[in-house]
Amino acid sequence: DYYKYHPMPEISNWMVQMAKDHPDVVSIVEYGQTYEKRVIKLLKIGVNTGEKKKAIWMDCGIHAREWIAPAFCQYFVRQILEAYKTDSKMGEMMKNIDFYVTPVLNVDGYIYSWTNETTRLWRKNRSPGTSSCNCYGTDLNRNFNANWGTIGVESDCCSNIYCGTQAVSEPEAQAVTYFVGSRREDFLCFLTIHSYGQLLLVPYGHPNSTAPNYKELMDVGLAAADAIRKVHGKSYTVGTSPAVLYPNSGSSRDWARMQGIPLAYTFELRDDGTFGFELPEDQIKPTCEEAYSGALHIITYAHDKAFNGAVATATALVFSLGFKLVSETAFILICC
Amino acid sequence: MMSVRIIVVLAVLTGVTGSPNVMIKPEADMSAHPNSVPETVEETEIFGQQNVPVLVGEEAEEDVMATGELNPNHYPAQRAAKVVQHYLNTRYGSPYRLFGLQRVNSGNAEDVADSGRKYQLEVTVQEIIGNTTEKCSAEVLFPRGERQGSAQVQASSWEELLKNDTEAQEEALYQEYKMNQSLVTAQNLPDSYGHIEPDMKPLWHLGFVASSFVMLNESTENTLYNMAQVANVTQLPTENDQLKFDYHILLHEMVSQEIIHWKLLFTWSPPEGVKVLQMEQLPHCHHCEKPPNTN
Repeated sequence: DYYKYHPMPEISNWMVQMAKDHPDVVSIVEYGQTYEKRVIKLLKIGVNTGEKKKAIWMDCGIHAREWIAPAFCQYFVRQILEAYKTDSKMGEMMKNIDFYVTPVLNVDGYIYSWTNETTRLWRKNRSPGTSSCNCYGTDLNRNFNANWGTIGVESDCCSNIYCGTQAVSEPEAQAVTYFVGSRREDFLCFLTIHSYGQLLLVPYGHPNSTAPNYKELMDVGLAAADAIRKVHGKSYTVGTSPAVLYPNSGSSRDWARMQGIPLAYTFELRDDGTFGFELPEDQIKPTCEEAYSGALHIITYAHDKAFNGAVATATALVFSLGFKLVSETAFILICC
Repeated sequence: MMSVRIIVVLAVLTGVTGSPNVMIKPEADMSAHPNSVPETVEETEIFGQQNVPVLVGEEAEEDVMATGELNPNHYPAQRAAKVVQHYLNTRYGSPYRLFGLQRVNSGNAEDVADSGRKYQLEVTVQEIIGNTTEKCSAEVLFPRGERQGSAQVQASSWEELLKNDTEAQEEALYQEYKMNQSLVTAQNLPDSYGHIEPDMKPLWHLGFVASSFVMLNESTENTLYNMAQVANVTQLPTENDQLKFDYHILLHEMVSQEIIHWKLLFTWSPPEGVKVLQMEQLPHCHHCEKPPNTN
């Protein structure tokens, strides 16, 4: 049921099921380990061409309490697998690119947030603090090697924005860094899914850093927000973190952009604060539908930018010839 | 749709260690819900937590210069506007009337010598339960320096946003809770799945209103508060025809990403609205800490 929240074992089983149901396009890749020694897995989705392919990255659940994010990753996978059968555009994209989707990155934290009501609002991972500090957890989205530890963080390990003992000190961050880093030329786009706030955040989190393709990021982001609004009327604000929300450093989005991945976005899904992290299950469907529309826009743009060229021209030619034929035929039919 | 002008002069307590007096001077026009906090509020901080985040390095350029016309979608205007939401809920919120910030239409900020920074905002406010919206004007003053401020409110008529008739529902709720054989208790509104039982919703709404008093008090230019959850509700015996409640609420502060626990003792009745008797911040969660004898 894609419109309910699922605990980790159910998500893991679902991943296995997806790979079983679509063996030609879906495989599971284990790419790291959490602090508590659980395996971090993603679904690699795409037609196997036997060649090295361009790729799209999506991760969900880097923050444990943001339950709507893993729900969205599951929905996204279901959607692209359905669209691939019927929609030629998705079919084309599946041939040209691979989708790497991690439904839950912070597995330990996510499991912890399911323990009982008092743990529901946990955010960080579950690595223990240093010997001098009495609390658990590092904020994984402050732990990446991107202006690490410079702004929007705390050095107190009890803080919810504690950035860790050093850049990429955390095994979960290491897993992403190694997997994406070793393939960085392949990645066209890096999407990291969070809640809440209804925002599309572009790099960088540091107020003094501007991404070289800032205009492109904003243009594509604004168009994605338009696509989102068309679904259920919800407004998502687009901008850099320091402008729209707060400055931060060490985020996975910033790291991805610094690796050269041109389109890196943080999605902050519903809502605007009324329910916050505890978004009612009856909002899972509309949230996923609108977020899918936004993500798809960015992905399609990234794909078309890489694969456009001859394809687009050929398509245009076919269309114009076809149109000419139809209009001439119509003329003949109507006038005589 | 009528444009409404409110002037919210807001005092924010900074660097609190003692028990400050929070003075809210009620307006002459009290025809609407006079939700209020008594003249002296005891705010005992057991755990002297400062919730102002430490920013290593520069604040965003925007913040240093957040003067003059503001981008309505950027955080300076958004944070100030959220304070307006909290204010509206303290004044006019009820179990059947809650306010949310729908959007900021425009904003302006200026430094006021010796006082602080004043924001002028045009916002669209939503009455959440009845799903109506209204455009409003507001002013928010964040005081600077050592002075303690006080919240002063001048409001023009609020009829449009208050026109949903909630009287009958409020009265029914009031009677039900007053006459109950056993005092109501509840936990986890909403639960982990975002669910609230329909007959518990008014209790959640009440929590929203009561927590707005805390959020109003605690808000600064560096914070953005939302209520995350009502952890516990305990109804206490009715006193002077006022329903009385003890609430344990969880607030989410966006900039620090912290969950902050507060205990609230307050009364409610349809004519009197919510009156907070006591608010007390609770210590950081225990289970975040390692048990002793580790390592």
